[in-house]
Amino acid sequence: MSTPIVPSFDDEAGSGRKLAIICSKGNLDMAYPGLILANAALGEGVETHLFFTFWGFDMINKATMGDLKFTFVGNTAMHMPGHSSGIHHMLGALPGATAGATAMMKKMIADLDVPEVPEFLELLTASGCHMWACRMSADMNKLTEDDLYDGVEAIISASDFIEITEGAQLLFI
Amino acid sequence: MPVTTIAGREIDVDAEGFLTKPEQWDEALAETLAANIGITLTEAHWVPIRFLRKDFETQKETATLRRVSTVGGIPVKELFGLFPGKPAKKMSYIAGLQKPKGCV
Repeated sequence: MSTPIVPSFDDEAGSGRKLAIICSKGNLDMAYPGLILANAALGEGVETHLFFTFWGFDMINKATMGDLKFTFVGNTAMHMPGHSSGIHHMLGALPGATAGATAMMKKMIADLDVPEVPEFLELLTASGCHMWACRMSADMNKLTEDDLYDGVEAIISASDFIEITEGAQLLFI
Repeated sequence: MPVTTIAGREIDVDAEGFLTKPEQWDEALAETLAANIGITLTEAHWVPIRFLRKDFETQKETATLRRVSTVGGIPVKELFGLFPGKPAKKMSYIAGLQKPKGCV
């Protein structure tokens, strides 16, 4: 009798693969790539670290994380997902355009059963994600750990982050 | 698609080993599938496995980890504890389903 075909699930989990993602943007559409990739990596048993810096701080700042925006202004893509026709970026600057585009994108994301940013962070925490906040960004914004999402382990310096992520694959978003 | 012998039965699987015919699955087979990947099933394991089977009947696709948590009511942290490393894939394998296609 031949050996049964069995998936080899523990190959990568045991290989010590490590992923670090630097989240540096605070736009709604730029928040998701990091969150989704982190979630996928965690689901594959990969040790995952997120480092929030500059505008990426808005993703973990309790005051802003539920209210990220999507805007046409200065956005070279300038169209909604699923619609190929562009919108002139001057129209994107009209009052209400950003609010409308944000609401529309949030609905599209919700329709795919993908959580909003705060709930997504909870999901990542439950999956064992490590989250770190950038020291310089905290100082610039005059924020402390109390202002940040609870799953953030600490505010650390750039060199701390480099040390923690030794041997990791790195993504900058 | 290959056919492999699991628990003395001929089972259709894909190249990785996931079952391709969910109807060939039953709870006795699940015990062997779990053992194949080093898991001993307890009552706590059966809750998500039964949810996956039930959900598949209506959705015709394997629930993602998030769906098992939001619709099935089993916390993600618990799923990582029960099926260490790759919970979504391990659960679907034991439940005799394809791995989930959704990103989240």
